[in-house]
Amino acid sequence: MSFTDILFAFAGLFGLFSALAVGVLSLTWLERKTLARIQQRAGPSVVGPHGLLQPFADAMKLVTKEDIIPAYADKLLFWMAPVFVAIPAFLIWLAIPFGDGIAVRMLDLGLLYVVAISGIGVVGLLMGGWASSSRYSMLGGLRAAAQLVSYEIPIVIVILSIAVLVQSLSLDAVIAGNTITVGEATRDLPGQGLIPFAFVMPMGFVIFFIAGLAELGRTPFDIHHAESEVVGGPFVEYSGAHWAVFFLAEYLNTFVISALIVVLFFGGWSWPSPPESIFGHDLSGTTTNFVGGAWFVFKSYIVAVTIFWIRGTYPRLRIDQLMTFAWQVLIPLSFVNFVLIAVVLFYDWPLWMMPTLSLPILIGAVIGVQRGRGVRGRPQTVRVLRRSAGEIGRPMPNAPTQTQIAGEGHAGD
Amino acid sequence: MTENAAPTNMGSTITQVPNPEPGTVDMMVNMGPQHPATHGVFRMELRVDGEQIQDLVPHIGYLHRGSEKLCEHELYSQIITLFDRLDYVSNFNNELVIVSAVEKLMDVAPPPRAELIRIIMCEFNRIASHLLFYGTFAIDMGAITPLLYNFRDREKIQALFESVSGARMMHNYFRVGGVKEDVADDFESRSLALCNELEYGIDETDRLLTENEIFLERTSGIGVISGEDALDWGLSGPVLRASGVPYDVRVEEPYSRYDELDFGIPVGSAGDCWDRFYVRILEARESVSIIRQAIALMEPGDTMAQIRRIARPPAGEVYAHCENPRGDLGVYIVSEGGDRPYRLKVRPPSFCNLQALRDLTVGHYIADAVVILGTLDIVLGEVDR
Repeated sequence: MSFTDILFAFAGLFGLFSALAVGVLSLTWLERKTLARIQQRAGPSVVGPHGLLQPFADAMKLVTKEDIIPAYADKLLFWMAPVFVAIPAFLIWLAIPFGDGIAVRMLDLGLLYVVAISGIGVVGLLMGGWASSSRYSMLGGLRAAAQLVSYEIPIVIVILSIAVLVQSLSLDAVIAGNTITVGEATRDLPGQGLIPFAFVMPMGFVIFFIAGLAELGRTPFDIHHAESEVVGGPFVEYSGAHWAVFFLAEYLNTFVISALIVVLFFGGWSWPSPPESIFGHDLSGTTTNFVGGAWFVFKSYIVAVTIFWIRGTYPRLRIDQLMTFAWQVLIPLSFVNFVLIAVVLFYDWPLWMMPTLSLPILIGAVIGVQRGRGVRGRPQTVRVLRRSAGEIGRPMPNAPTQTQIAGEGHAGD
Repeated sequence: MTENAAPTNMGSTITQVPNPEPGTVDMMVNMGPQHPATHGVFRMELRVDGEQIQDLVPHIGYLHRGSEKLCEHELYSQIITLFDRLDYVSNFNNELVIVSAVEKLMDVAPPPRAELIRIIMCEFNRIASHLLFYGTFAIDMGAITPLLYNFRDREKIQALFESVSGARMMHNYFRVGGVKEDVADDFESRSLALCNELEYGIDETDRLLTENEIFLERTSGIGVISGEDALDWGLSGPVLRASGVPYDVRVEEPYSRYDELDFGIPVGSAGDCWDRFYVRILEARESVSIIRQAIALMEPGDTMAQIRRIARPPAGEVYAHCENPRGDLGVYIVSEGGDRPYRLKVRPPSFCNLQALRDLTVGHYIADAVVILGTLDIVLGEVDR
């Protein structure tokens, strides 16, 4: 490894980390603004134009706050926990391709690397939960461990299905994989400018998105830091910079899942193809990469906004329902998805067989989940008893006439 | 870690019961008084096996202000302000109880117009209180948005209250023998317009939550209490009616002018959290209808009976109760003549409803305890007094 290589590696890391820092800051602003719009509020609007500088103010506040370590805490683990959560969140980004051949490291085993690194975060959460010496953080840490480990399985199996589909573990191949060879046959795969994998493998996409939400601990799976139950879970006792690091990791992970969804299912930077030229300016070559990168980031933000949107919409599941959902619904479905793609490729069926086969299964599963719990078919148990109908209370001697009640008619004008 | 381990029992009042599994002990979890889901300064001591609740001990009294004792030293008109602060999200309903108790003791009747103004205010306040319930209940389950929508609508109600009484909360508007002053000229049109907006707001909450899959999962079959048990515990209000007991003071012992109004009483049959939620949704709709009828009945006239400025009820005892958003709020007054009561006792619905908490939660998960407590919809100002 020559000196220039090392220099380039450092430059890449520095560039990536500063880009991620800005990404996280913008993501916090975006989340607050999105939620605010959903909730008919203004959101951050005081610091800077449209509150754009609010994340910087928040960061300043967090860093300058007193860093409290509880008296009974295990100080070493308490100190290390945020690091264990944040570093994997950063490391995943090394393998994510932003453009054609643009990544800090183009890994041939990119998919494996992403899966392996993302599994480390749960150790930090468990550590933080235990070291804080608080009942709430303990519960939160255990919840996190159970939840993250369970939901990793469907994610891994879906990633495996994609690896089978493109016959490679490289993220670049997933984005740009046009031609694969299975046995004797060579076939065209949807890739650049064609159909993204979300349409080839709709079931895999849905599973990945749901399990990704759970992996992030986002609503409706935010049970490990559920504010109304365990008051922040593993983060209860953290303050100041330590808490900020947890926070940073959380948003980085949100960004990672969004980016992975875009890479795996929506063709990364290449789908739909960035324009060759804009206003007569030729964009091929290096500029295309820039456009592709911007396009990739834009798509990631759209996925992130969808995640925020879900947060503003849904209540939260309970721990047992969450685990049941993972083990009884998502994991079997992801296996079905895996077997389907294997069968389709083995018998050399056309690829449109994949959505044709998996969509009915997916819809069947949705209906099955609704029916299985029996909550959707809940009978209407509440009825209204009326005094005027003699169903309740004493009879009414001077009940209002219908015309008096019909005062409702012209109400409000 | 062992040398600086946290004390294991945290001064618990629950006796440690050995877990049947060898080598394990149940964990004590202290929820409150500064927990976001306890709706104030309520404290629950939970003994949990994993996430499952084995035992629950509620601790109250963090907000005790000695209201009942304070009442013994205040003029009757001053007691109204103390009642404002009992159930601090349904102030008008509280005022109505104390005012009607003193009126009963003095045997005076407020003018018809004042009665209708009271009814309208109380029903608006019932809606405001229920709106707050929907929001906080959703927050308990992790849905953050409905609260904001409901606060938007509640704000409109409070703006109306402000135009009538001069205060958004703690109105001190009802008087023994009437109300402080007549409402503004545009009150009726404003109220009717507000009714339409509220109906829309209630429908919005209904659409957002009632049929939501996760909401159903979290509330169906959780915290079930039968009608008999509910009566035995002395529950009242929506919590009792959700268990299938059609008891509402407004129709069982009609006070004020509720006799002249036609309205429905939503009654559940499952007695679970979902029923307790949906009963409140329907109840708010009925309140809108009550307000419309009451406005249709309004006629110009006095708003204050001709009585002495300082109320001096004769010696005697009186019990009056009204249907509050949370249940049956009663007040018992012993008077020895004079301008102050000798003794005053409140029957707070929140306190009585809270008694069933342990029975409802044991066996459920920690997350359910929060939801069940949410459906009991306690207000600590009233529990602790």
